[in-house]
Amino acid sequence: MFDFYDRWSGYIDLILQGALVTIELTLLGCALALVMAFVAGLGRLSQHWYLRWLATTYIEFFRGTSIFVQLFWAYFVLPLLGLPITPLQAAILALGLNVGAYGAEVVRGAVRSIGREQYEACIACNLSRFQTMRYVILPQAFVIMLPTFGNNAIELLKGTAVVSLISLADMTFQAQVVRAQTGSTAVPFITILILYFLMASAIAWVVRRLENRLTEGLEGTRK
Amino acid sequence: MPDAIIEIDKVSKRFGQLEVLKDLTFNVAPGEKLALIGPSGSGKTTILRILMTLEQINGGHIKVDGEQLWHMPANGGLAPANEAHLHRMRAKIGMVFQLFNLFPHMTVLRNVMLPPILTQGVRKEDAEARAMELLDMVGMAEKATAKPAQLSGGQKQRVAIARALALQPKVMLFDEVTSALDPELVEEVLNVMRRLAEETDMTMLLVTHEMSFAHDFADRVLFFDGGRIVEEGPPDQIFTNPREERTQGFLKKVIAAGQRI
Repeated sequence: MFDFYDRWSGYIDLILQGALVTIELTLLGCALALVMAFVAGLGRLSQHWYLRWLATTYIEFFRGTSIFVQLFWAYFVLPLLGLPITPLQAAILALGLNVGAYGAEVVRGAVRSIGREQYEACIACNLSRFQTMRYVILPQAFVIMLPTFGNNAIELLKGTAVVSLISLADMTFQAQVVRAQTGSTAVPFITILILYFLMASAIAWVVRRLENRLTEGLEGTRK
Repeated sequence: MPDAIIEIDKVSKRFGQLEVLKDLTFNVAPGEKLALIGPSGSGKTTILRILMTLEQINGGHIKVDGEQLWHMPANGGLAPANEAHLHRMRAKIGMVFQLFNLFPHMTVLRNVMLPPILTQGVRKEDAEARAMELLDMVGMAEKATAKPAQLSGGQKQRVAIARALALQPKVMLFDEVTSALDPELVEEVLNVMRRLAEETDMTMLLVTHEMSFAHDFADRVLFFDGGRIVEEGPPDQIFTNPREERTQGFLKKVIAAGQRI
């Protein structure tokens, strides 16, 4: 047992450092994805055709091309266009924009699922369009978005592994370093398997908690 | 009659091929309690929805409180109303819906206090005090912290009435407010409305299938059929001595269905 510890503790540390990078990427990527999901999702519902067009173009482009290509574009092509970018920034940009495109469709679907009677109540209460969205429609729609947002966040977490391709030292990258140095595949990859699973479970737990809190006292969800 | 608060002038409305209102013309006096009755599809709910700006009109003009509702002055003539104009006009009008349309994610209290805060700039404390007063009036003060899902239909509708009252509209529209309620819950809502009719000088338009309530409540009854007003008059005349054959036929059916008039 102590032999195992002596042999592996340094490598495990390396993987844990990678885990921090993975967590950072996931959190910041999710933050960007959430913003993009709302911007593009509401853009698709806009009354102005150019906003709808812009949002649709963004969504179709990022859903229709691979995250791998997007990451390389962000990292290698943007600097050529005069936009210097660090690997971390490129990774967050690619992950956030990619997952945000999926999230936008979730936002759109959830907003559209709110019944016409809620909009009519808002007109009768003389709320402006903005107030209708802000106080009545989005709070109800958000509850509907949550489970799928949880899925998207887990997808993003797992997607972070591609960043090792632009030599960002995330968890998968470090596992490969350990594998190269020790010749063992099992130990580093079982370690990151467990760590990914724990992180995904944490996301699922947070989303479930949030869901329970927000649906308290709502129709059809009484417990 | 004093100057009308609502003037409906040759209003027409189509849903596709279907003409639901045909050159509809009538006035409502300030403070008047008006009941709109008639068979389903006769256009009575449609005119309420047009007044609340939930449906556009295809022809004619409507004035509320002396101002055009669906039009606004432009270059000496009239242009279709824009959103800002509608927003200003909606402040004069309130509506209670058949299916309550409460905001399910807010407490009862917040349902009632939020609209005045957002649309009239009322301070939070004042809005809350006023909302509690109104909830007390409709007998719902005890449920102020409940969510709508925890209430019965009759309770929801009383909250909806309080929410509409909180904005202090000049004209209040009631669209079949008891139709979705279990029979034993109808009376508690009607009682609130009776009190309102007695204690306020608000103008009220009521679309209803409760004939005996319309009889007690209204100063005047309009009988709609086929998108037109077939007959109008004081409730005693309409309900006990209708002149038109179609009114007689409608009331017969209502009585046959078991209603008192």
